[in-house]
Amino acid sequence: MTDTPAPRHIPDRLDKPLSSAIFSWEALLVAIAVVIFAVNSFASPYFLDPWSLSDLTFNFTEKGLIALAMALLIISGEIDLSVAAIVALASTMMGMAVQAGAGTPVLVAIGTVVGLGCGAFNGLLVTRLGLPSIVVTIGTMSLFRGIAFIILGDQAYKGYPDSFAFFGQGYVWWVFSFELALFLVAAMIYWFVLHRTSFGRRVFAIGNNPVACQFSGVRVDRIKFILFCLTGLMSGIASVLITSRLGSTRPSIAQGYELEAITMVVLGGVSILGGAGSILGVVLAAFIMGLVTFGLGLLNVPGIVMSIFIGLLLIIVIALPIVWRRLREGRFA
Amino acid sequence: MKNFLKYREIWLLAGIVVLIGLISIRFPGFADPANLRQVFNDTSILMILALGQMVVILTRSIDLSMASNLCFTGMVVAMLNAAHPAIPIPALIVIALAVGLVLGAINGFLVWRLNIPSIVVTLGTLTIYRGATFVVSGGAWVNADQMSPDFINFQRAAFLGLPVLSWIALLVIAVFFLVMTRTQIGRSIYAIGVNPTASVYAGINVGRTKFIVFCISGMIGGLAGYLWISRYVIASVEVANGYELNIIAACVIGGISIAGGIGSVGGAVLGALFLGIISNALPVINISPFWQMAISGSAIILAVVLNARGERRQGRIILRKAEAA
Repeated sequence: MTDTPAPRHIPDRLDKPLSSAIFSWEALLVAIAVVIFAVNSFASPYFLDPWSLSDLTFNFTEKGLIALAMALLIISGEIDLSVAAIVALASTMMGMAVQAGAGTPVLVAIGTVVGLGCGAFNGLLVTRLGLPSIVVTIGTMSLFRGIAFIILGDQAYKGYPDSFAFFGQGYVWWVFSFELALFLVAAMIYWFVLHRTSFGRRVFAIGNNPVACQFSGVRVDRIKFILFCLTGLMSGIASVLITSRLGSTRPSIAQGYELEAITMVVLGGVSILGGAGSILGVVLAAFIMGLVTFGLGLLNVPGIVMSIFIGLLLIIVIALPIVWRRLREGRFA
Repeated sequence: MKNFLKYREIWLLAGIVVLIGLISIRFPGFADPANLRQVFNDTSILMILALGQMVVILTRSIDLSMASNLCFTGMVVAMLNAAHPAIPIPALIVIALAVGLVLGAINGFLVWRLNIPSIVVTLGTLTIYRGATFVVSGGAWVNADQMSPDFINFQRAAFLGLPVLSWIALLVIAVFFLVMTRTQIGRSIYAIGVNPTASVYAGINVGRTKFIVFCISGMIGGLAGYLWISRYVIASVEVANGYELNIIAACVIGGISIAGGIGSVGGAVLGALFLGIISNALPVINISPFWQMAISGSAIILAVVLNARGERRQGRIILRKAEAA
């Protein structure tokens, strides 16, 4: 017991060889994006036009905004299937406000607040009552959209003020739409929060082991509640954009967006089991999905066939690294 | 008596009886046996699908592709019938089961061999199978006048006072009950849901069992495909769009834990019946059908809240990493 062992040097961060950057998920996504971009440029002469590319971004900005918040939620080990229903309910509420003569600022406030409220409702059910989020949000998905159906039935709200159209149809500068600018700004904020703050570290930690986090003094439930609120808020913002772009509200608005947003998140390399992922991956996945759908659209491929490509892309991109690893280890059965 | 009340199926059954009672106040004819038989028949397809989903959920997996499988298989069977009306209906049912089995086996293979989480796999195949429906049909519909009379009337034929569709549902319920309570595979499915790691040590092949449950849910999806198309006599790409969540909702209301290992055939059947009664009752008691979605949503949330009390939750996360072993 005389000599104490010399303090072992623990590096701040592990060495990252160049190969790990080359073979990273994000690099794979960039490669896929470049290939699809090149194929698109050859396949259609209309693709490489600034305005075409600008139109392309409308395919993913709204879902992408939701996917950013959804990524944090999935990293923390939860999920929200009600996002599209939140979009529908927020849009319906904005429609009601328009009938009452509300102006643009009030509409935006209503859209975001309704989204936030719905997210908080999900968060309360999951954290206060300790319920599994996948089932809770299947329930609230029916509930939120159901309320929209009760209010609207088979009717539609129209007559949004002209100034309201800016959010979904306006351009900030040249071909850069307000939607794209908002998406990029939001992506930067989410990147900073997830990868550069202690809040982000906690989100990862919760996804890896919520029990250990609880014992380490992390307020697991509070952080999860905040994440549900954020997802609701982003859905509300997406609702403002979609409603503004379409200029009308039907209760079936944004149907199926939840699965597309989750596809973006998973394609972006976020583990569906929680604990791993990056915002850069999600942003790249959003671009890829926009590229695929827009490119195929230029070739007159119907939307339903595009969904085959999206589904295949999802499974292949997830399966490829696994098959590759097994082949290298020589134990692929 | 105390043990008896512990079964959540009893409470669900009581809830259904109360629900029927309440509806009868507004519309006395609802509790009429003939009407209840009609409700059962209307709910048959959802019951069958809920049972297929149940075995998947019991193993801590989920099959989001069932409604797309239903749509694809239904289209294949309808097109076969339109092109070759001579093919007998039992042969078409076998074909439907086989096509569904193949689609389910694809899901199962990806989950088993590549270890991809089932929610990701079936999220992908959900869109792929529905897209494939468009590819095989070229976007065209198969209408009632293209289907043979046998194709449409088979499930409507009365047999011992019940339509064949109801008998098929009863048969499926009986088979599932026997498999889940009296066979090794049934016990294995429960064991995997309760504790996958312990199941491995107990000699259960977890991966293969998961493959089998996806084959089962696939076959059920295929069977439901024929039944759905011949019931609503139209085959299109839009058939049962979004219905996968109704199936899961029936399971959740039936007390099947999404965390796996907890649930019963009776629960799944009652959960489906609960939703079926609501959708049948709204028109007769003069509530706009637009209320249905919000009511079933509230029912799901209520069911989860009530079911969560009896479920064990500890131990799950700690053991998660070992599942792949």
